Amino acid sequence: MLPYVLRRLVGTVPVLFGVTLVVFAMTWLTPGDPVVALLGESAQGITGQAREELRRELGLDRPWPVQYVEYVSGLARGDLGVSARSRRPVLREVLDRLPATAELALAGLAIAVVVGVSLGVAAALRKRTWVDALAIAVALVGVSVPVFWSGFLLMLVFSLELGWLPASGRGTLRHLVLPALTVGIASAAFIARITRGAVLETLGQDYVRTARAKGVPARTVLVRHALRNALLPIVTVVGLQLGSLLGGAVLTETVFAWPGVGRMLVDAILARDLPLVQGSVLVVSLLFILVNLAVDLSYAAINPRVRYG
Amino acid sequence: MAELGPRLAAAWRSPATRRFRRNPGAWVGAAIVLALVALAAFAPLIADRPPDQQNLRQRLQPPSVEHPFGTDEFGRSVFARVAYGARVSLLTGIVPVALALLVGSTIGLLAGYFRGRLDGLLMRAMDVLLAFPSLLLALAVVGTLGPGIVNAVIAIAVVDVPQYARLVRSVVLGAREEDYVQAARALGAGDGRLMLRHVLPSAVGPIVVQATLGVGFAILAIAGLSFLGLGVQPPTSDWGEMLARGRRYLPDATWLMIFPGLAVSLTVLGFNLLGDGLRDALDPRA
Repeated sequence: MLPYVLRRLVGTVPVLFGVTLVVFAMTWLTPGDPVVALLGESAQGITGQAREELRRELGLDRPWPVQYVEYVSGLARGDLGVSARSRRPVLREVLDRLPATAELALAGLAIAVVVGVSLGVAAALRKRTWVDALAIAVALVGVSVPVFWSGFLLMLVFSLELGWLPASGRGTLRHLVLPALTVGIASAAFIARITRGAVLETLGQDYVRTARAKGVPARTVLVRHALRNALLPIVTVVGLQLGSLLGGAVLTETVFAWPGVGRMLVDAILARDLPLVQGSVLVVSLLFILVNLAVDLSYAAINPRVRYG
Repeated sequence: MAELGPRLAAAWRSPATRRFRRNPGAWVGAAIVLALVALAAFAPLIADRPPDQQNLRQRLQPPSVEHPFGTDEFGRSVFARVAYGARVSLLTGIVPVALALLVGSTIGLLAGYFRGRLDGLLMRAMDVLLAFPSLLLALAVVGTLGPGIVNAVIAIAVVDVPQYARLVRSVVLGAREEDYVQAARALGAGDGRLMLRHVLPSAVGPIVVQATLGVGFAILAIAGLSFLGLGVQPPTSDWGEMLARGRRYLPDATWLMIFPGLAVSLTVLGFNLLGDGLRDALDPRA
């Protein structure tokens, strides 16, 4: 196990290098003067000598490899720059908003896994019946409907018509229900599709037939033999879904006025606050990479073949 | 020309076409996509009036015989705007896929054909792009270049490139060892000819499947960016932008959100069904 973990950790290093390089390069790829990009529109009026001084102060006059090294060592110290708009440290701004996004994404993931796995298993067990057809249809619609529209439909029915749940904001558990459902539905659809296929595949295996033939109860066959071995593709797709879950969270935050990183990122883009854009992208991406690493390591725990492969 | 008849007939009877013809989902998908293309092409004939024609005396009217999808805050016909929106959506769905396909296939072809250090370098670069959650990467590109439809299209293309690169590379790695490729090489074919004439054609099937599903994804993503105010900018409009503006008139004018949302959903559903049908037809093992 240890060699696998080490290999996987070492493999993350070039990705981290690339991701920080991409985020660093955003300063240079943005049209116009990087001084203005980093300090905001207010720096537009500063010209001549004063602007050159600012450039030196920001270190923008040095060769870019030097700048990159400084940028990364800043990151290591938790220095993600200063927001051009609020003048607050970017790390503070992001950390203030991160719990809301994490809450939304985790609740969405929980819904996605519970709904997706149940739907997929039900469809596989009732193959070629109306249950299966319904599950396939739900899964297909779920991946096609944009989250910013399904969120609106949920809001329309459960807040505006029935008045059961609040339409926007964050605070109580009741506020979380609709946004989490919105984020979860699309991923549930993917998970249901993969679960159905995986369970159908294991149900057709010899060891399942053997278990049935020797009189093991149907429920035990399903849980101990079929589901357990179907787990690997399901865990894989859950891991893959984290990315789209985060994307869904960005859109959902706008629909329900949820004060998370996603909404802040969109506001920062509209306000041309580049340091805040870079910081939000970097922090969320790093988290995404870490979670994916954890998912990969958990495969190895489930399936010994991955370790020695 | 004389040969076309029998060749078409043969193609119609081929196993792949037969699998596609017997798949009801694929038919529904193809019908939706065709309907969308027709809507985009004939929008001026189908729409009840020009999409920008304002009528302030008929602001925010609910759906009626006169205005099938109701009117918006300027008294413009929502039906006309949805119909014309099909043009923008189709275009912004196809262009990023075409760009990503071109760049991604080239990268995949070079990496898979030459292997070695070039392969390592190109694929590590693709890994970096894949390390970002896709919408976040799109937002990073738009955040760098600035909001607007051209930048949104570039953003979606950047997000898609690694998929095509990986797909083409994996096919090319297998194809370059095939006997017919080795035979062509022995006959003196150069690298360029080998890559384009002999190796690349094996990737066409998977590429078609991926691109069809990709158009659906791109339409969804562009609508999402427009919904956030980062894609299509007024006075141009697409379904995502209509949804963003419609939100302001909730809960009274629900039709402002129902119809554009339905249009996006149906369109994406159509491309998903068509893509799945093509995959089942072209790659029965998958």
